[in-house]
Amino acid sequence: MKIPEQVKRLGTVLAVIVALVLLLRFVILPESFFSAKPHQVATVVREMDKPIQHAGVAACRKCHEDEYEAKYAGSHRNIGCENCHGPSAAHASDKSAEKPRKPREREFCLTCHAYDGSRPNGFPQVYPQEHRPGKRCVICHDAHDPVPPRTPEECSGCHGRIARTKALSTHALLPCTECHVVDEQHLLEPRSALPTKPDSREMCGRCHASGSTDPAASKAVVDLASHGGIYVCWECHYAHLPEGRK
Amino acid sequence: MSGAIPQGLYEQLSHQLSQVIGFIYPNEVETQWAILIVVYPYITGIVAGAFILASLVKVFNVVEVQPIYRLALLTALAFMLVAGMPLQLHLGHPERAYEIFFTPQTTSAMAMFGFVYLWYLMGILLIEIWFEYRQQLILMAREAKGLMKGVYSALSLFSKDLSPEALAFDKKASKVITIIGIPSAFLLHGYVGFIFGSVKANPWWGSVLMPIVFLMSAIVSGIAMVMFLYILLSMLRNEKLDMRCLDKIGLFLMVAIIVDFALESLDYIHRIYQSEESIGILTQLVSSKLFTSLVVVQVLFGMLLPLLVIALVRIFRLNEELRKLLYFTSSLLILLGIFAMRWNVVIGGQLYSKSLRGLMAYKMEITGIESLVMALALLALPFVFLTVLFWLLPPRWMKTNAPGTA
Amino acid sequence: MNKREFLRQVVSFLPAAGLLRMFPETAEAKELISAPTADYDPTKHWYGMGVDVDKCIGCNRCVEACKAENAVPEEPFYFRTWIERYKIRSDGETTVECISTREAPPEQAEPEDPNVVRTFFVPKLCNQCAHPPCVQVCPVGATFQTSDGVVLVDATRCIGCRYCIQACPYGARYLNPHTRTADKCTFCYHRITKGLLPACVEVCPTEARIFGDFKGQADRLVRFQRVNQISVLKPDLNTEPKVLYAQLDGEVR
Repeated sequence: MKIPEQVKRLGTVLAVIVALVLLLRFVILPESFFSAKPHQVATVVREMDKPIQHAGVAACRKCHEDEYEAKYAGSHRNIGCENCHGPSAAHASDKSAEKPRKPREREFCLTCHAYDGSRPNGFPQVYPQEHRPGKRCVICHDAHDPVPPRTPEECSGCHGRIARTKALSTHALLPCTECHVVDEQHLLEPRSALPTKPDSREMCGRCHASGSTDPAASKAVVDLASHGGIYVCWECHYAHLPEGRK
Repeated sequence: MSGAIPQGLYEQLSHQLSQVIGFIYPNEVETQWAILIVVYPYITGIVAGAFILASLVKVFNVVEVQPIYRLALLTALAFMLVAGMPLQLHLGHPERAYEIFFTPQTTSAMAMFGFVYLWYLMGILLIEIWFEYRQQLILMAREAKGLMKGVYSALSLFSKDLSPEALAFDKKASKVITIIGIPSAFLLHGYVGFIFGSVKANPWWGSVLMPIVFLMSAIVSGIAMVMFLYILLSMLRNEKLDMRCLDKIGLFLMVAIIVDFALESLDYIHRIYQSEESIGILTQLVSSKLFTSLVVVQVLFGMLLPLLVIALVRIFRLNEELRKLLYFTSSLLILLGIFAMRWNVVIGGQLYSKSLRGLMAYKMEITGIESLVMALALLALPFVFLTVLFWLLPPRWMKTNAPGTA
Repeated sequence: MNKREFLRQVVSFLPAAGLLRMFPETAEAKELISAPTADYDPTKHWYGMGVDVDKCIGCNRCVEACKAENAVPEEPFYFRTWIERYKIRSDGETTVECISTREAPPEQAEPEDPNVVRTFFVPKLCNQCAHPPCVQVCPVGATFQTSDGVVLVDATRCIGCRYCIQACPYGARYLNPHTRTADKCTFCYHRITKGLLPACVEVCPTEARIFGDFKGQADRLVRFQRVNQISVLKPDLNTEPKVLYAQLDGEVR
């Protein structure tokens, strides 16, 4: 059968292209062009060799054992040195290199300790406008062992959001100790001595049961026997905001 | 850390950050795929659509459309030559683009691009055009002098056979290539739809219908482009065009719009009915950020109005001049509408946060690489190429120089 | 190559302030941050992280440390890790805010909103998914997962097509404006392979971030899995994230 001329022509072009491709692939270009694997291995090595900026507590401790011991006793024990002092790997390798920062400005401590309602309950916070405005924190608090100069009297220091919520409610004028028995120890070492929480309806009943003579609770008096079924009061009434909303 | 970012980028991102409504993941402030990635599927869509129109002649024997056969092929080629450019310009490292050929990762739809593009350009379009023009190239080579003689001879691959058997073979080969070309065209544009449709992270994109919708709108845009060019060329040459052909193109365009609109409507109806978590933010997206480009430009002016006009043209037997004007306007509106569709998919998918809690903005730069000026240049370039192709491979040369042979 | 030369190469970036004085303590400190990596076997590790949402105080130190450690651009458009604040009201309406893009913390705290029933901070970062969609879509194989479970980007081969950034459901990736390649959290690969902690974990003041090895013998992360109810972000997308969250609220996306 006679092969049409077109097929011969196109076939030649195709053959040339295929030959070029094969030449490129198997002869001219190196094998490493055609596989991602060797490059991935090289990437892993390259990534591993990237410079280190933070030395890590263990490295700091090698020379600064005293500061480490001081910090270990206090409430900043879990904070890495470089959280405050910045990346210090250069200093750890060569102590004559640029020294790490020593943040003594008030704003620095406030980034963690200024009141923010979204911080977890129990985290110590201050209101910057009220707490020694203008003064640097380090004057009264040793950053490595930040025991407050005076034991806090207000619960709001660590329980700010609860305090502020309560301040909006009908329970605003009640002290926290009205319902929570707080041991002195809680103010010094919070997790070692937790305050009590009300555990019976009668606790709320002291003011809110029928027959109560408390003038402040006069609008919220109920018959304890029938009100609320089997549930305890705080399953429905959040004690820090009993009316639910403003 | 290592120096400031370019000023233009800083200004664009600062502006976009200030325009955020609600919450976005912080890295989402930058629009990753911008105007160039809107231009790319638009161009490949026209390639696929123009080719499908041409295939109607060869495979489905719609003889009325024969007059625009070569125009459609050359349009497909002109746009195909530009298709790779927006991608190349968009890459962070265009000099590494060859890696797509050398180490394609087979799990990535995008890795298919180089091969599908090359196959379609070399294996389908160029061969199709070669078979279609071979006879003419040989005749033009005979008549030409000097450099052009060499050019035409080379283009004909130094072919000389003009026997009836050879010409018959040309026709048969053309048909076979077109048959292979139709699924190839589907693949060329369908894989772009799959690139978006397979992204599970983005509910605006990640949909089974995406490749189908992309393809159908591509066909609409391709047919509209050929219609537009046909009318434009007849106006420029001050010639009569074949109204039977134009009406037939109008019919196919109308059918294509109806199917496309049905599919897109299905997508929206399905989303609203299913009411998945993303429906809230997507409804906000459509009613605020995309209202003009989607409801007004894409749907109303880009699909429904032209559909109505073409339908009316078919129902009422209007005179030729009016029909031409209405077809011209409709095709122009459709071309704008399909561009808006690409914008709404690509940019729209990046105007809301994957957290489903916020909306962002895209401030297109006027000049630069990823810019309005570049997009317009890339959209104008196929017409430049088409002009060159018309000069090199005049579609109607056979009629005037070798009547009775084609 | 002997150890001294190796160490010198590793710390060759240091400013040369006269002779490199090798005090005994300094030498030991240096060793801790530049242990040779020749005997590191990645197949023996499968890294992950634990995040305890209840402990995050939203101080942003992790974000700063990460930017310093990994040369992340300082502009507020590029983050390998960031913190989100959630405020959930009793009617279910939730407000989310990214606190890492702000210039400075607000001067004054907002007045208390009694309708907010829950509010907290959530640290976010690359989840180093076991089934990563970003790796799946890379057209040239420039991003990949190592045998020890970290997803890395080869900045010498990435073509900057940004497909991986689109494919990440968590917004963890960005295009580095200097290298013009995709970039993201690497779990501080250069640190963890030397036995150090990622920078964000190192500086977190409340241990809200735990780093560990699922294949570890006595490992913080394994214990984290034991004592907490664990969730991950967007589990329905089947990316199998390796950043495990404890106390993760249902409103978090």
